[in-house]
Amino acid sequence: MNGVEGYMYPNEITLYWSVLIVLYPYITGLVAGAFILASLERVFRVEAVKPTYRLALLTALAFLLVAPLPLVLHLGHPFRSPEMYFTPHSTSAMAMFGYVYMWYLMAVLVFEIWLDYRREIVLLSQSSKGLLRLVYRIMTLGSTNISKQSLAIDERVGWIVTLIGIPSAFLLHGYVGFIFGSIKANPWWSSPLMPVVFIFSAMVSGIAGVMLLYMAFTKLHKEKIDMRCVDTIAMYMFYIFVIDFSLEMLDLVHRIYEADESFRSLDFMVHTKLYFSQIVVQICLGTVLPLLLLFITQIVKLPEIARKYMYSISGCLALIGIFAMRWNVVIGGQLFSKSFLGYTTYKMALVTREGLLVAIGLLLLPLLFLWVLMKLLPPWAEKSAHGTVAAN
Amino acid sequence: MILLPAAAVAWKYVLAGTPESAPNYKMSDHWWGMLIDVSKCIGCGNCVRACQTENDVPDGFFRTWVERYHRSDWRMTNPKIITANPLVDPDVISPDGGKEGFPVATDESGEYFFVPKMCNHCSDSPCTQVCPVGATFISPDGVVLVDPTYCLGCAYCVQACPYGCRYVHPEKKVADKCTLCYHRITKGLTTACCEACPTGARQLADLKDPNDPIHEFLKTHSVQVLKPQMSTGAKAFYNDLDGSVR
Amino acid sequence: MSGFKDTGHLFRFAGLFVLAFLVFLVVRHYIVPKSFGEYGHYRGAAMGEIAARPAKFAGHESCEGCHSDVQEVKMKGKHAHVNCEACHGALIERMPAAPQPAPSLYRRLIALVTPPMPVESPFVRHADDPGSVIPPLPDTAVLCVRCHTASAAKPKGFPQVVPADHSQGLACGSCHKPHDPGMNAGGAK
Repeated sequence: MNGVEGYMYPNEITLYWSVLIVLYPYITGLVAGAFILASLERVFRVEAVKPTYRLALLTALAFLLVAPLPLVLHLGHPFRSPEMYFTPHSTSAMAMFGYVYMWYLMAVLVFEIWLDYRREIVLLSQSSKGLLRLVYRIMTLGSTNISKQSLAIDERVGWIVTLIGIPSAFLLHGYVGFIFGSIKANPWWSSPLMPVVFIFSAMVSGIAGVMLLYMAFTKLHKEKIDMRCVDTIAMYMFYIFVIDFSLEMLDLVHRIYEADESFRSLDFMVHTKLYFSQIVVQICLGTVLPLLLLFITQIVKLPEIARKYMYSISGCLALIGIFAMRWNVVIGGQLFSKSFLGYTTYKMALVTREGLLVAIGLLLLPLLFLWVLMKLLPPWAEKSAHGTVAAN
Repeated sequence: MILLPAAAVAWKYVLAGTPESAPNYKMSDHWWGMLIDVSKCIGCGNCVRACQTENDVPDGFFRTWVERYHRSDWRMTNPKIITANPLVDPDVISPDGGKEGFPVATDESGEYFFVPKMCNHCSDSPCTQVCPVGATFISPDGVVLVDPTYCLGCAYCVQACPYGCRYVHPEKKVADKCTLCYHRITKGLTTACCEACPTGARQLADLKDPNDPIHEFLKTHSVQVLKPQMSTGAKAFYNDLDGSVR
Repeated sequence: MSGFKDTGHLFRFAGLFVLAFLVFLVVRHYIVPKSFGEYGHYRGAAMGEIAARPAKFAGHESCEGCHSDVQEVKMKGKHAHVNCEACHGALIERMPAAPQPAPSLYRRLIALVTPPMPVESPFVRHADDPGSVIPPLPDTAVLCVRCHTASAAKPKGFPQVVPADHSQGLACGSCHKPHDPGMNAGGAK
């Protein structure tokens, strides 16, 4: 049997959940994390991160729009996916997806963005020309009321939406963790910690993502990076990363200590098949190293240029590390046999529907969406072709 | 061999080409399971071939398969080394699911036995629990089935099954597995694997029928299910199942 | 209310939701299959559809209907509990599929994104027309060894031989009658 060592149940030899299923939690994780960063300012009044508020929301939206794609592309019958809306099975965590997604997209993210941008949308619907004018007019939903009172109401309602949005973001990503964590058949997945670990690592990835995007876009526009903002983001990222790391270590120590039936098989797998992706990439490069770099920035007063480099490198490493974590969970969970007697190999295709090229495309697509969104709804004051639009 | 009393009546309808109208089948009268006697299995692979023929099972996937275990005397020789390496003990093989039987075993030490495996038609099945749309379910007569016109092919049920009995059909792209030959047992026939088994190692069991031999068998033999710690309410009962069976 | 005119836009947004929900309810009514929920959270008609699939193994009782003479011989010997089709294979043969009409453009477009359902081919039953469909006689040189080749893995009480030593290359059927294989009581040739 090519790629099989030891004994695997015959039906287990092929992996059924491919790299696309690795991508889905990664993308929704970025969404949840970006939203939490936005909520830091809106709900918890962390003034310092204000410059990233709108960018975080737009990033969340860009990634959320792409999020269903890996799932739909993976399905054997994608056109039957509306069945999840019409007959969701109440005992299945996966069945939640349709409704949680729709709720989060429309009642939280789109609603909040709309409320925050409404003034600009109305102004742009009056000042722009052609097709763009039509787009903005539709976005106003026919209401051009941007009086002080209406904007004050928007502010209040937006605050409530963000408040509700925080547990919604946890639900959006936490249920994915539960999809894995509730499978008693798979000891690599089955754990009550799974949803919590997913949420905290999501927060790290989302915050790192927005921080990097902010630094990149500001540099692209030849503006000055607000260091107070970036310092604060990095601090939050550091603390959340510490919690995430602690949770993962707790899971690991618990497993090693209890050493149940599955332990030897999983231990062997981590030291052989998953060595590179788990020990090298996820733990050393993707967690310990960025934590170390961030820790240094927290205790040593470094010059601005050094901090920028440290933050950028930590951010990139964290993003890679958290992708590796999703990989190790999804792919790792299918590499070992449920008989605990063997292992198989994941042969990732290149050009098929579930192949590497599609995965790369799905990672780049949100950036394209983000670019479009930023053109449509500029996050910062821009001297653009259709006049300046003052940001909040 | 279990002789199902309705076989002759049902067969008339099968011959006539209208098997679905075979009478005298009420779902609430039955609660199906299977009895597998490990001491009788000779690893001939008849059941695997019969199932493939009967149900058009695609190559490389198995609705049922047979495993051969070779349990060595590790406890008496060197326990420390063997238990540290899960790839060594027990030694299990299932060449092409046991479809063409097994290679001749020559090592006289230790103990061998064959374990036929299939869907356990769990009464508290984790696979039906996780289906997001209700495409897989347990019928009122105790058979876990997949509705191929409704299944999305998300493979969540495949991940949730502790026994590895499910797969995604490579052409139909829906989840597939043993149906306990539902199309046969509802017409009074037995399953294809039981029909083809030459030693009586596999027997269809109706837990609700007081005349079914399984009732007596359960009272007089020590019978186990696979992975009892999973608490799935499995209905494939194994006689003489060794503790090393995974 | 004095604040009402300043909240109009919120009601418009909420209105979108209400509209979408109503459309959803209407569509759902038509899309969800009628038998869904009849017995549980699944399409009740699925059981009937699965039960209506054609059987390929006829079951030993149908063979015994015509071949009662063989049955009498078999019941006296060691193969009494070995069913007919265990050796003779499925009673029902598959015919090649009838040529399919060319699929419409619509079907071909759908086939690009959704896997097509495989074409089922019809069956011919030996019992319907015994003369036209005769299952080939199994070759004893190949058939018997599958069960009876000696192996340390097989149960100790099970009759097993090393074929090369036992028959010096002769097919099993040269000496053993398959329906009553025992050499001592009536089975020897």
